[in-house]
Amino acid sequence: MRYLLTEEQKMIVDICRQIVSERIVPVRAELDESGTFPREIIDEVGKSDLFRIFIPEEYEGMGTGIFEVCLATEELSRGDLSVATSYAASGLGIIPILIAGSEEQKKKFLPGLASGSKLAAFGLTESEAGSDAGSIRTTAKKDGDHYILNGTKQWITNGGEADIYTIFTMTDPRKGIRGASAIIVEKGTPGFEFGKKENKLGIRASATRELIFTDCKVPKENLLGSEGMGFIIAMKTFDQSRPAVGAQAVGVAQGALEEALNYSKIRKQFGTPIASFQAIQHMLADMETNLEAARALVYHAAKVIDSGEKNVTRLASMAKLFASDMAMKVTIDAVQILGGYGFMKEYPVEKMMRDAKITQIYEGTNQIMRNIIALDMIKRGVLQET
Amino acid sequence: MYRQVIQIKIAVCMKQVPGTMEIKIDPETNTLIREGIENIINPFDSYAIEEAVRIKERLADEEVEVIAITMGPPQSADILRESISVGADSAILLSDRAFAGADTWATSTTIAKAINKLEDCRLIILGKQTVDGDTGQVGPELAQRLNIPFIGYVSSILEINRSKMKIKRLMEDRYETFEINLPAAISVVKDINIPRVPSLRGKMKAKTIEIPVWDAKKLEADENEVGLAGSYTRVVKIFTPQIKHDTRMIEGTADEQVEELHKILKELNLVSGS
Repeated sequence: MRYLLTEEQKMIVDICRQIVSERIVPVRAELDESGTFPREIIDEVGKSDLFRIFIPEEYEGMGTGIFEVCLATEELSRGDLSVATSYAASGLGIIPILIAGSEEQKKKFLPGLASGSKLAAFGLTESEAGSDAGSIRTTAKKDGDHYILNGTKQWITNGGEADIYTIFTMTDPRKGIRGASAIIVEKGTPGFEFGKKENKLGIRASATRELIFTDCKVPKENLLGSEGMGFIIAMKTFDQSRPAVGAQAVGVAQGALEEALNYSKIRKQFGTPIASFQAIQHMLADMETNLEAARALVYHAAKVIDSGEKNVTRLASMAKLFASDMAMKVTIDAVQILGGYGFMKEYPVEKMMRDAKITQIYEGTNQIMRNIIALDMIKRGVLQET
Repeated sequence: MYRQVIQIKIAVCMKQVPGTMEIKIDPETNTLIREGIENIINPFDSYAIEEAVRIKERLADEEVEVIAITMGPPQSADILRESISVGADSAILLSDRAFAGADTWATSTTIAKAINKLEDCRLIILGKQTVDGDTGQVGPELAQRLNIPFIGYVSSILEINRSKMKIKRLMEDRYETFEINLPAAISVVKDINIPRVPSLRGKMKAKTIEIPVWDAKKLEADENEVGLAGSYTRVVKIFTPQIKHDTRMIEGTADEQVEELHKILKELNLVSGS
């Protein structure tokens, strides 16, 4: 694939690879075990300008596109999905500001996020509202020059670590999803606190916490777009972020496949490397083929988005769906190829398998992805017809 | 209100070295076999460049300029570009056929001329030594020529401003803290920092930046004071030491093996006792 990349894109890949080999691989098992947020690595990611690729040049970004974001996310995921999730989650918090932010909001919030000195987060999910985003209960009541927020967000990636939160609230609960609004809340705002840190199956080093709002007073200038636009902003955000979840899946699968292939060439049974057995060879061949197909779909979706195409929901969802199902299969097979060793924590593949699972769940479960794809097909026909 | 912009120039001296610990020497010609060996920044110099960039970030209110310098053949520009990608502002390549074959004496003469040309360098940072030559002499010699203080093996810069700095250095059995006036030259050890990964902006700048090449004429150097002609030492022979392996397998039960090993070690005077 490398020959298809521009000079700048190759630089992005090289920087990420260096961060992975020098900073991530030596500590990833320890971070996973202790569930420690990889602050030093994220600082290094920031210093390397990798957050700038989310953001246009006029706000101190690099003015690149979703494709570049996918390249960086994939490479970081190859090393550790916790780091990549923390990185991509900041992007998920940034995208709503890019989509719906006013000039003042962009000038105020984006430069700090571009340099990586500040992290962002995206707060939609609640205990009673995940896939069913219309059921959010957190409210924002207009009070003069402010909104007063009340409610609790759940499972928020970068919770407690981020400085800038895009929060989806009900400004008019009677209207259902048409009464939802997106509001920027800064860390440290009185009435904004963090709940417990979750103990997770995978991506254990990433921070997942509750956001608790108790009469939290936020200036009305922090409203993104206008009241009632919240749901549309969230859906447009996912259109751009879902290929990056696909890129996470491609990256973690790549990491697992590399481990499996190397192991199969070294591990001897019956006097010969296990890579000489057709049973293993066919597994490796399927893993590689599915991985490359997923990568092609993710890159294609990203490039279509970057071309300015408007109807990208289906393609973005397909990239996320296919790549994450592939990653789950490939990481499970990698554990299988490593056998007993694969089951042990001394080898990285069991962690990759645990990490991969989240890509089938977050930013919309794969069941929701299939709903979205099918509904869009029924509405607009088969993709290549349209 | 008028604010005086204080400019602090920091020069970082670096060298391109073979990127391997297993250097092979051609026994016929006594020269390094360079085929197939990738050249890298001398590892200690990457701590030097990182520390200079950190000083620049630390003194963000003042104008600090970090200039990377190396002397070597044209391809040495690669390590200068690499230093740009991690935050150096500019770089200068000292390159001339006349510089070839320089020992530390002639090298420090050449670099001193370049530093003088830069005017008002407040600080010169070097790695504690190179991994190919291993002498550690260029830093002190350079300071001598520039008539400025030199402190080697610095492990921490505690305070710094335009006129002085406070530093800690690592000795074999202790740390020492110094306060020295600037300009000065220091060499740094690997404890001082963890060099950063290049940035995307840095890499893009490194790709296109023009690196001026200063030759003997530009430095107004006499041909007899640089390169081989200006060197007081000659490398007569370089050789790979013959490592003698004297292996003997001890056999028998564990107790017999221990007994036998103890006997051998005693004969070699490596252990005492009965």
